[in-house]
Amino acid sequence: MIGQALDRVDGPAKVAGQATYAYEHWDDGQPLYGFVVGATIGTGRITRIDTARAERSPGVHMVMTHHDTPAQGAPDLSIPFEYWRAFPVLSRADVRHYGEPVALVVAATFEQARAAAPLVDIEYAGEAGSYDFAACRHQAYAPDSLIYGMIPTDTAVGDFDAGFDTAPVRIDERYTTPYEFSQPMEPHACLVEPHGEDLIVHVSSQIVDAARASIASTLQIDPERIHIVTPYVGGGFGSKLRIHHETILAAFAARALNRPVKVALTRQQIFHLTGVRPTSSQRVRLGAERDGRLVAIAHEVTMHTNRHEEYIEPTATTTRSLYAAPHRLTRHRLVPLDLPRGEDVRAPGEAPGLLAVESAMDELAYALEMDPVELRIRNEPELDPERGVPFSDRHLVECLRDGARRFGWESRPAQAASLREGRWMVGYGMAAAIRGHLQAPTKVAVRLQADGTAVVRSDMTDIGTGTYTILTQVAADGLGLPPDRVRVELGRSEFPVSMGSGGSWGATNSCTALHRACEALREKLLATASNDARSALHGLDPAGAAFVDGGVRIGGASETLSEIVARNHPDGVEAEGETLAMTDDPNYQDYALHSYGAHFAEVGVDADTAEIRLRRMLGVFSVGRVLNAKTARSQLIGGMIWGVGAALEEEGAVDPRSGAFVNRDLAQYLVPVHADISEVDAVVLDGFDDKANVLGAKGVGELGICGAGAAVANAVFNATGVRVRDFPITLEKVLPGLPPMDD
Amino acid sequence: MRSFTYERATDARGAVAAVSRPGAKFISGGTNLLDLMKLEVERPSHLVDISRLPLTDIEELPDGGLRIGAQATNSDTAADARVRTHYPVLTQALVAGASGQLRNKASVGGNLLQRTRCPYFYDTAAGCNKRDPGSGCSAIGGFNRIHAILGVSDACIATHPSDMAVAMTVLEAQVELLDADGSARRVAVTDFHRLPGDTPHIETVLRPGEMITGVVLPPPPPGRQIYRKVRDRASYEFALVSVAVIVATDRGTISSARAAFGGVAHKPWRSVEAEAALTGHPAAMATYRAAAEAAMRDAVGRGHNDFKIELARRTLCRTLAQAAQATEAG
Ligand SMILES: Cc1cc2nc3c(=O)[nH]c(=O)nc-3n(C[C@H](O)[C@H](O)[C@H](O)COP(=O)(O)OP(=O)(O)OC[C@H]3O[C@@H](n4cnc5c(N)ncnc54)[C@H](O)[C@@H]3O)c2cc1C
Ligand code: SF4
Repeated sequence: MIGQALDRVDGPAKVAGQATYAYEHWDDGQPLYGFVVGATIGTGRITRIDTARAERSPGVHMVMTHHDTPAQGAPDLSIPFEYWRAFPVLSRADVRHYGEPVALVVAATFEQARAAAPLVDIEYAGEAGSYDFAACRHQAYAPDSLIYGMIPTDTAVGDFDAGFDTAPVRIDERYTTPYEFSQPMEPHACLVEPHGEDLIVHVSSQIVDAARASIASTLQIDPERIHIVTPYVGGGFGSKLRIHHETILAAFAARALNRPVKVALTRQQIFHLTGVRPTSSQRVRLGAERDGRLVAIAHEVTMHTNRHEEYIEPTATTTRSLYAAPHRLTRHRLVPLDLPRGEDVRAPGEAPGLLAVESAMDELAYALEMDPVELRIRNEPELDPERGVPFSDRHLVECLRDGARRFGWESRPAQAASLREGRWMVGYGMAAAIRGHLQAPTKVAVRLQADGTAVVRSDMTDIGTGTYTILTQVAADGLGLPPDRVRVELGRSEFPVSMGSGGSWGATNSCTALHRACEALREKLLATASNDARSALHGLDPAGAAFVDGGVRIGGASETLSEIVARNHPDGVEAEGETLAMTDDPNYQDYALHSYGAHFAEVGVDADTAEIRLRRMLGVFSVGRVLNAKTARSQLIGGMIWGVGAALEEEGAVDPRSGAFVNRDLAQYLVPVHADISEVDAVVLDGFDDKANVLGAKGVGELGICGAGAAVANAVFNATGVRVRDFPITLEKVLPGLPPMDD
Repeated sequence: MRSFTYERATDARGAVAAVSRPGAKFISGGTNLLDLMKLEVERPSHLVDISRLPLTDIEELPDGGLRIGAQATNSDTAADARVRTHYPVLTQALVAGASGQLRNKASVGGNLLQRTRCPYFYDTAAGCNKRDPGSGCSAIGGFNRIHAILGVSDACIATHPSDMAVAMTVLEAQVELLDADGSARRVAVTDFHRLPGDTPHIETVLRPGEMITGVVLPPPPPGRQIYRKVRDRASYEFALVSVAVIVATDRGTISSARAAFGGVAHKPWRSVEAEAALTGHPAAMATYRAAAEAAMRDAVGRGHNDFKIELARRTLCRTLAQAAQATEAG
C-alpha cells in the first residue's frame, strides 16, 4: 500500500467544489467583509488619517486604523521559528514598507468594502527610504542571530584563503538572484467567527499550531480560546507558514463588531504582505586541481532584509554538505532595506543558493574542459565535509549517472555554442540537487470504530501536496484495511499537534507518527482480543498476528476488527503516535541526512532574438522510500518547473522611488505557462533511508527546485556561450552575446 | 469597483444613443475593461453592453476584401478560412495574443481599444498622465522595460499592446465607425491610434460616443505575410517587440514591402522608412539591415527598455529574410 500511486482521496471533493476553503465557509450566518488599505509610500509616517468619508460610504460598518487597535503582544524573538511569534498590525503611525496595511474597511459586501477603501483620507510625511539593493550592498552586516534559531550563519573549515590561492584552477564569480514570491493560487484569506470569548478562525495556513500561537500572543488571549480550521489549503509555498495581517485584522474586527468577518488579500496585495524571497548577491569561489578535485570552496551570500524584521535565508547552508574540499567557508550577510519582510519561499536557501553554486561548478567544468557530470562525481565526499559525520544514505552519484544515461547526456555538445538546429542554438545543461531532510515533533491519532473503519486525526495540513492520501495509505498499511475504510481528518487545532506542512517535513513527520500510532493500536487490539474469552483469538500468542483485509489472523484463527472493537470498545479505540524533534533524535547527531537529485535540461535559444525555450528536462532523485509514487512525482515535477521559472522568468521589480513591487500581478510577474514546459520527467530511485525514520522516507516537496534552475542556466550557456550570472536570464542579457545576423 | 448601471443594447443605433449619457462606456468581451474597473482605473457609471449586437459576421466584399464585424471574437476571426488563406498575418497575430479563453471572449473592436499594460497606469497610487492627466509619468525614471522606444513624449512612454492591430496596419485596414447621430465614417487603422504628445489620455481619433462597427480589409496585397512576436514566455504574454511584414520579390529584388512593429510605440508602428529602404533593393541581409537601421533611426530607450532597439532590428531582419525566402521559393 505504501508507495503505490493511489489517486488523491480528496480529489473528487476538490473537483466537485465540495472541498471548502477558508474564505468559502458560511456556517455562522452572513459575514462582513474586510478590505485592507495599504500604504502608498515606502518609508515615513502617517500624519493624519480621516475615516469619515469611508465610514459614510454605503454598507460600511467600521474603519479600523492604528488609532483603534487594541493592545497587542510583541514578537518574542526567543521563539526559534518566527511563525509562532506574535504579528502585531496597525500598531504604529510609521510605515515600514510600501503596501503595509494602514487601515481595514469592514462592510456588508466585499465590493462595498473595496469601494470605500480609497475614501480613507491619509496624509503621509514621506521619508527617503533605501530600496536599491545593489546601491546599499556596502551596508551589509553580519547578523547576530542563528538561522531559524539553530543554524550558524558562518562556517569555516581548513584555511580557505590559503587553499584557494594555491589552487591551479580558480573560479571567482558573483551571482545575483531577484525578489521572488510564493503566490499560491488560493490567496491568503480567513473568516473569523466570534463565539463569546472564543474565536473560530477559518484560515488558509500551513501550520495550525503556529497560527493559533501567533494569533493568541498577538491578541493576548488564551490559545485554548482560538479554534483553527484549515482542512483545505490551496497552496502555500512558505507564505502560509505564518499568519499575516489579514488574520489578525479579521480577528480584531470580528471581536469589535461581534460578527463573523472575512478578509482576503487581493493578488496585488499578496506581493507586499506575505513575505518575499530576499534578493541576493552571492560570491562563489572554487579552487580546484587540474583533475577537477576541489581544494577550496567558498559561498558568501549577501541578501536584503527588512530593516526592522530580520530574516536570513539559509542560502549557503547546503553548500556545507554538497562537495568535498579541505578548505571551506560559508557566510550570510544582510543589507537592511525598507522593503517587505523576507520570508521562506519554497526551498528557502537551496533555490537561490544552488543557482549560484551549480552555475559556478559548470564554469569550473568548462575551465577544466571536463564533463560537468564527471566533475561532480570527482568531488563526492565520503563524510559530511563540515561535520565529519557519515551520510545516512547518499546517492548523488547514482542520480548523476542514471540521469546522464536516461537523458542521453553523451550527445551533449562539449563546446558551447556549437549545436544549431535551424534558427535555434541548442544546449544541454545539468546540475546536482541536495536538500536537508528535516524532522519535527508531530502527533497523530488513529481511532478504530465499531464498524471497522479507521479515523486518522492530526492538526497536520494538506496544502495540495497529498497528505490526505499518504496518511490514508499508511493507516491502511498499518491496520490491514482497504483504503476506502480509512478517513483522514486534518487541519483543526483540536486534533493532535503537528508541525504542519513546511520544510518538506510534513509527509515524513506525520506518516511516521501515524505508523507508530497504528503499531500502538494493533498492540491494544491484540491485548484486548487475547484476553477476551469471547474472541476467536483468545489465549493465542499475539507475536504471530497478521492484520489483513480488515481482520486479525493468528495461525488458523481469525476475527474481524469490527468484531473486536464492537465487543470491547463500542465507542471505538484510539492510539497516538509521535515523531521526535531533530534535537531528540540521535541520528541527527550521528549522520548527515539529505535527499539528492540530478537535473538535466535541453534548451533552444533563438539565434536572432535570444528567446529561450526549454525543450526537455529530466530529474533523477533519491528520497529514500517514496510514500506515493504519484504525489511524489507531482511535487518533483512542480519543483522542477519552479526552477525553470527561477532561471528564466521570475523577478519582482522594485520602483526605485516608492519601494513598491511594480509588476504585482500574475500577468506581469511571470511564471512558466504550459507552453513553456514541453517534456518534463522525474524519476525516483528505489531506496530506503533507515536513519531517517521507520518508514525509510525523506522529504520530497522542495527537492525538485533545488538545482533545477542551474541546469537550465547551464544549458543556456552551452547553447550560446553567454554566461548570465544575473537571474533571471531574460533575453536582453543574452542578446548582446549572440552572433551577428547572417543571411 | 464603483457601482454602475448596465443595459444591453439590441441594435447599433440604440447603442450609440445609450452611450451618449455622461459616464457611459461600451463593454464588449470585458476582458480589459472589467480588470480596469476593478482597480478603479476605469470608472464608468453606466455600461452599454454591445456584445450581443449582430456585428459578428465576417463577409466578403465585392472588391475582394473582407469586412469583419466589431463583435467577431478574436478566436473566430483567427479561425476564419478566408482570413487564414488571404490574410495569414492577421491569424498569426491573433493566435499569438493572450490565451485561448481570452480570445474566445475578446472582440475585434475591444482589441483595438484595449489600453496599455504600463504597470503604473494600473496603479492608482502612482502618477500617470494617461490615467490622471497632469499627474506625471511614473514610468520615466521608474521600471520601464516594456515601454516605447518610438514616437514617445515626455508625458508618456506607454505602448499599445495589441498584436492584432499591428497585422491590420500592414494590411491597411479601415476602421468603421458609427457616431451618436447615426452617421458612419471610416478611418485608416494607421490613423486610428494617436501618439501620446501632451495628451496621452486621448488614445484614438474616436469621438465621444462613437462605436466601432467593423474593420474592413482591402484585397490582400501581393507577397508573403508574416507576423513574428518576441516575448518573455511562450504564451499568455504581450510582445516585447513584434513585427508584421508583407514582402513580394521579383527575381531577387524586393518589389513591394510593408512593415510594422508592435510593442515599440503608443500605436502600431508602421515604418515607411523601412519600407522605402526595401522596395527596389536586393532581397539580402544587407538590405534588411539598412531597413532596420532606417526603422530605428529615431528610437530612444529609457534604460530598462534600451534592448528593444536592437531586438526590433534583429527581429525585422529575420522576419524579412523569411518572408523573402518564402516568396522566392514559391
Ligand atoms: C492576461 C491577458 C493577456 C493578454 N494578452 C494579450 C496579447 O498577448 N496580445 C494582445 O493583443 N492582447 C492581449 N490581451 C488583451 C486582449 O486582447 C483584450 O483584452 C481584448 O482584445 C479586449 O477585447 P474585449 O472585447 O474584451 O474588450 P472590452 O474589455 O469589452 O473593452 C475594451 C475597451 O474597448 C471599448 N470597446 C469595446 N468594444 C467597442 C466598440 N465596438 N466600439 C467602441 N468601443 C468599444 C470598451 O468601452 C473598453 O474601453 C490580453 C489580456 C489579458 C487579460
Ligand atoms: S508611460 Fe504613460 S501610461 Fe505609463 S505612467 Fe507614464 S503616462 Fe502613465
